[in-house]
Amino acid sequence: MSSLSRNAVSLALLGVLLLAACEREERSYRGEPVGEVKPGAIVQGTLYAGAPSPPPPQRREYEGNAYHVSEGKRLFEWFNCSGCHAHGGGDIGPPLMDEVWIYGGELENIAATIVEGRPNGMPSFRNKIPDQQLWQIAAYVRSMQREVRKDVAPGRDDHMAVTPGEQNQPVTPPKPGGVASPSSEGRGP
Amino acid sequence: MPARAIAAPAASPPDDGNWVMAAKNYASTRYSELDEIDTNTVRDLQVSFTFSTGVVRGHEAAPLVVNGTMYVVTPYPNKLYALDLTKPGAPTKWTFEPRPAASAQGVACCDYVNRGPAFADGRIFINTLDAQTIAVDAETGRELWRTKLGDINKGETMTMAPLVVKGKVLVGNAGGEFGVRGWITALDAETGKIVWRAYNTGPDTDVLIGDDYKPFYDKEKGKDLGVSTWPPNAWEIGGGTVWGWISYDPELDLIYHGTGNPGPWNPEQRPGDNKWTGGIFARNPDTGQARWFYQAVPHDLYDYDGINELILLDMPWQGQPRKVLIRPERNGYLYVIDRSSGEVLAADPYFPANSTKGVDLKTGLIEYNEEKHPRVGKVVRDICPTAPGAKDWNPSAFSPKTGIVYIPHNNLCMDWESVEANYIAGTPYVGANVKMYAGPGGNRGTFTAWDPGQRRKVWELKEDLPLWSGALATAGDLVFYGTMDGWFKAVNAGSGELLWRFKTGSGIIGQPISYRGPDGRQYIAILSGVGGWAGAIVAGDLDPHDASAAKGFVNAVSDLPQRTTKGGMLYVFALPQRR
Repeated sequence: MSSLSRNAVSLALLGVLLLAACEREERSYRGEPVGEVKPGAIVQGTLYAGAPSPPPPQRREYEGNAYHVSEGKRLFEWFNCSGCHAHGGGDIGPPLMDEVWIYGGELENIAATIVEGRPNGMPSFRNKIPDQQLWQIAAYVRSMQREVRKDVAPGRDDHMAVTPGEQNQPVTPPKPGGVASPSSEGRGP
Repeated sequence: MPARAIAAPAASPPDDGNWVMAAKNYASTRYSELDEIDTNTVRDLQVSFTFSTGVVRGHEAAPLVVNGTMYVVTPYPNKLYALDLTKPGAPTKWTFEPRPAASAQGVACCDYVNRGPAFADGRIFINTLDAQTIAVDAETGRELWRTKLGDINKGETMTMAPLVVKGKVLVGNAGGEFGVRGWITALDAETGKIVWRAYNTGPDTDVLIGDDYKPFYDKEKGKDLGVSTWPPNAWEIGGGTVWGWISYDPELDLIYHGTGNPGPWNPEQRPGDNKWTGGIFARNPDTGQARWFYQAVPHDLYDYDGINELILLDMPWQGQPRKVLIRPERNGYLYVIDRSSGEVLAADPYFPANSTKGVDLKTGLIEYNEEKHPRVGKVVRDICPTAPGAKDWNPSAFSPKTGIVYIPHNNLCMDWESVEANYIAGTPYVGANVKMYAGPGGNRGTFTAWDPGQRRKVWELKEDLPLWSGALATAGDLVFYGTMDGWFKAVNAGSGELLWRFKTGSGIIGQPISYRGPDGRQYIAILSGVGGWAGAIVAGDLDPHDASAAKGFVNAVSDLPQRTTKGGMLYVFALPQRR
């Protein structure tokens, strides 16, 4: 291989890396106001009439973006998610850092759970959390059990250290089974 | 004058072999006069029958026994079972399912517990998690009335055992971690109609403070202190719930109840004394009008919830007979209080507390330790006792034979970081990150025998796990209690020597009782089934990788999932039948 073509490959690789890094670092400050959650983004089952729908674009937009996940971590406290789920270990509500997802563990399932509430005590936050912040919180919840890239997961806490930290949490893929809703088997982004 | 402490006679009639209220009697002694099972015979104690409740959350309730029927109430969904003790194996006579709202599970701070039913005049009374009080015909299980008393959308639940006094069912709300406004209510036992309701925050008219109110200490005097000791409007979401115990003295005609912690836990958000939280009220049972109040923890700093049991004793005090109440408080002091006046006669540490430096008996004021004062943005380490206290809800017993109060309690310390709490109705309102661990000595629980007259510890038993079960004392010179890994124990009331133990299926956080069966024999009953705040790690499958899970309790009991599993089961014990 000539040095020219080697350089070209290196440049192309660098370009790809930079692009990925840009996506990770991109900051989108203004989301839509409360009341703009689009139910079309949320799929609860794995049966589709006709061709399966593609996964919602939010997976790519939010799960791979460190800013969104970091905002989600802050909002997780602000909207009092931590009041019931502690810092992922659970309290009144179930733990979020383990591999069990009662109502599905994909981003859209978590977003749906926050919006709709669940019958055994999860309150509905419909029309209470702006759309962008909702997806940010859902992406952060995914990061608690390291279902996001290590370089996207938050690295430090603003509060007393009580967990190993999202970056240091080992990846625990969700376990399918009776306690996980079907949509947790959905395809990746 | 009695030579030593006895249970207030009017509040502790002779034992008829039944067990009609969680605390045994109005004096709350949890003492059985039955003595067939004693220090000699207890070694032969064996299982008579068991009963699965079908519920796997924390079983904190006391079973009741009334004339050959046993009544067991479960955690949410609060099923009520009547078991026929006259038949072999005690088959189910009827089952009552109140069907409380499932969403109530989301606003129960510390597992979906229930602390027991109450019986009076042919009726069984229970509280449901979604804040209803229900009366059921004790014979048939037919519902007689139900009254909705609170709103789960504000975080109100009900977990306490009702107390029936003079035809009124006394109940209170829970939700001190949700910014609720605490109250105690009297319902007509016949109809379920509200007779009176007293709030524990807000203006005097709501608190039922009027001309009868004569507190002992100046610090409890003043107009509308339930408003002026709070930032503007903070009293509306300030806590002061009544989820614990009520006692009643028929002679003085006063009920006594504690008031829960102020909300949020973060004290910087509520400067002031935060009346009437963290104290004890004496009230008229007919009108609810307050007679006196004593605030054990003004401006509570650590969730030192004032809802523990109040044991009514008559005892000599410095040569004079006094009518007192005994309160092993969350803050680590055992209070002896004159129950006619509200004067604190003694407040002695039964736990090595470092969060406070003592109680001034002249003013009634507790002195906080400035070094351990929580501040926003700062982690204060090694605070003893913890938020669940030196002792939480699980009630002590008193034996008139020994004059000793038997106290099952915790030996835990904590790190605390105050953070700003946002009030969002129907979600927790706490504002603290907490992490608990074993206290001095490394044992997480202690069973303390305390002589209130001598003001000293007589003996103590160290338990590895926190103690979250109640105690029972009997005339057989025995004391019973259970551990969170499932051991049900009988110890010598005089010495603490372990005489008998039995391993139940799940951890024990219930209240033991003793009764005389239809066959004339003495029985001991206990519900097994781990959970509650202390056992939430097992009951709720919580993750110990987060030290702050279950408000920091998970860190102290991270080994519990290896020591016990979930499952509600009633165990009843008796001596082998003589043939």
